[in-house]
Amino acid sequence: MRKEMSKTDYIISNDNDSSRSTWKFLLSELKPRGKFLTPFNIISIPVMLLAAIILVYRFWKGLGPVTNLTQEVPWGIWKGFNVITGVAFAGGAYVLTFLVYILNLKKYHSIVRITVLNGFLAYVFYAGALILELGRPWKIFNPVIGNSFGTGSVLFLVAWHFLLYIIAQMIEFSPAIAEWLGAKRARKILSGMTVGAVIFGITLSTLHQSGLGAIFLMAKDKIHPLWYNEFIPIQFFVSSIFAGLSLVIFEGSICKNVFSDQISEKSKKAHNGILIGLSKICTVAMFAYFFLQLLVFVHGKHWDLLNTPMGYWFILEMFGFVLLPMLMFFYSYRRNNIFMIKVASVITMIGVIMNRLNISIIGFNWNGALRYVPTWMEVVVSVAVILAQIWIFRWVISRMPVLRESPSWVNENE
Amino acid sequence: MSIGRRNFFKVIGVTGASLAFGKTLNAAPKKENDIEFSAILYDSTRCAGCQTCEVTCAEAHGLPAPVDVPKAGVVRKTDEYHRTVVNAIATENGEVYVKRQCMHCNEPACASACLTQALYKTHEGPVIWRERKCMGCRYCMISCPFDSPKCEYDSPNPKIQKCDMCYDRQKEGKLPVCVENCPAEALVFGTRRDLIREAHKRIVENPGQYIDHIYGEHEAGGTGYLYLSGVSFEKLGFNPSIQLKSYPELSKGFLYAVPSVFVLWPAILLGIREATKNNKSNEEGNE
Ligand code: SF4
Ligand code: SF4
Repeated sequence: MRKEMSKTDYIISNDNDSSRSTWKFLLSELKPRGKFLTPFNIISIPVMLLAAIILVYRFWKGLGPVTNLTQEVPWGIWKGFNVITGVAFAGGAYVLTFLVYILNLKKYHSIVRITVLNGFLAYVFYAGALILELGRPWKIFNPVIGNSFGTGSVLFLVAWHFLLYIIAQMIEFSPAIAEWLGAKRARKILSGMTVGAVIFGITLSTLHQSGLGAIFLMAKDKIHPLWYNEFIPIQFFVSSIFAGLSLVIFEGSICKNVFSDQISEKSKKAHNGILIGLSKICTVAMFAYFFLQLLVFVHGKHWDLLNTPMGYWFILEMFGFVLLPMLMFFYSYRRNNIFMIKVASVITMIGVIMNRLNISIIGFNWNGALRYVPTWMEVVVSVAVILAQIWIFRWVISRMPVLRESPSWVNENE
Repeated sequence: MSIGRRNFFKVIGVTGASLAFGKTLNAAPKKENDIEFSAILYDSTRCAGCQTCEVTCAEAHGLPAPVDVPKAGVVRKTDEYHRTVVNAIATENGEVYVKRQCMHCNEPACASACLTQALYKTHEGPVIWRERKCMGCRYCMISCPFDSPKCEYDSPNPKIQKCDMCYDRQKEGKLPVCVENCPAEALVFGTRRDLIREAHKRIVENPGQYIDHIYGEHEAGGTGYLYLSGVSFEKLGFNPSIQLKSYPELSKGFLYAVPSVFVLWPAILLGIREATKNNKSNEEGNE
């Protein structure tokens, strides 16, 4: 064993040779792998190209010709869907790192990496979507450098937390990159930073998941009273738990099929146990969420509003997309029904999308004269952002040890 | 209060003007009139609906002149090309007029929302927008309870447009253009304290002409634009659900919680991690 160590050390120290071969290695890794004309590629490539054209137009002519934003509804789906909803779904990363590194539940270890990767990319792409919809994106560094700190602003905090959290997740994921590059020593250092990054990351997540809700606190008179309350931050935080986990469940079952060659038999078997465990957590989180919504509702005394179209919509969201999937999660972990867990996760995800859109767009200035409906161009860009994320996700998974086992030299170190 | 929190963050660093206000406001809310904010009193019973303010405002700020006229039943709104509009409203007192623009709140939601301090409460009182800072996130538009900031969506380099009480003119010692040119003397410029006194005087001296309410004295924590009217402000098109507390108060609780979470959370997490360390062997043993 010792012999092997020194051999690798020698290779790493031999700079010239190794850097040249690293480049070659990187170049070869950039090339696409496997079949190119898959249905996913055939659909996603034109959509992304179209989005690129739309975005050129958007930066050339402004937001007006591309979007349907109004003076009353200044945030459209790029913000309401990609940023505010997308970030909720990235919540799985902090929940899983909490389970594995804080509660030491080793059972979930096999899905930590993929979840962190997904979270990391979600932040990069969805926070990136923010840039598309900033009116003056070249000023984006104003709140980061210089003397333009709007420190009393919730958005200022959220922006900073995004930035720091992306770094924390980068660190959490970096051992996988080191394994991919065969950088043994770097891996040791980076994995030593994991716990610190996890603790920092969970703290940041708590704050910015709730901060995303707190953004809307000042819009008291504009958001429909069934959705506005002073607990929005807590609701956003709690719902990000089951939003994130639902995505983990959903994504896990897709990856199991798409990347089945990468997953070892052992983790495939363990996967059902993981799903059962996650659905337990979802049940508890959703119960807390539903209960909180109920308390807030009773306290708010908006009974009269229930018998309006927005009221029906609210009831549908609460019962059809929170209570129902909660009961399904509950039932399925008691009965070991894996299929139902997956169905419940999809319903939960739809519910979270509804909730975020109801607050940021649908219920925003709900009684205004002009309703905002996104243009087809906004929809194309929104979808393209998600597709682009999936592309990178796929690229990383098929190259780095995310789903598959780490290279054999890793175990020796641990 | 959120301004008080700003102090917390900025013990060292820029001593923004709004901080100074924030301090005084928070330390002694009763004495808010100690601060000599400049303000404008608009008396809707004097307003003739002639649109001189609209025309001169557009001229002074390089915006297109208004093409439509106030008409009862039609609600005209400020937008990226019109910083102020006058609306006609049919009431029991006949047709009355009401001018709308940014209210120049004492504790503006827009400035507390703005993450670059582009929207900014000046020492003197006007709330202004500073082009070189703004990144166009439009969070100010989300937050302003009066929907005052407007965005130039049709420009690749959009500005946020709203009334700035002619801040540049004020610095040169001139009156805001609307005040200077109003032929009916419906607009008066002065310190907020003086104008509130003047408004009360008008209410007392002209019984029957005014309702006993100065809009802006307390609304949204007090505003720099003050309104007198003969009919209820709801009839004039003001949102009746505007709260009396300032809007930045609403996110105060969250902002206060942030530092404590930041300190407590990591400690708690580390503690739990230590406490559950044994799990490792347990779980592995079980599997
Ligand atoms: S009315 Fe709106 S834009 Fe004007 S100062 Fe108040 S919060 Fe800011
Ligand atoms: S759009 Fe500009 S002025 Fe408004 S909050 Fe954003 S950075 Fe501030």
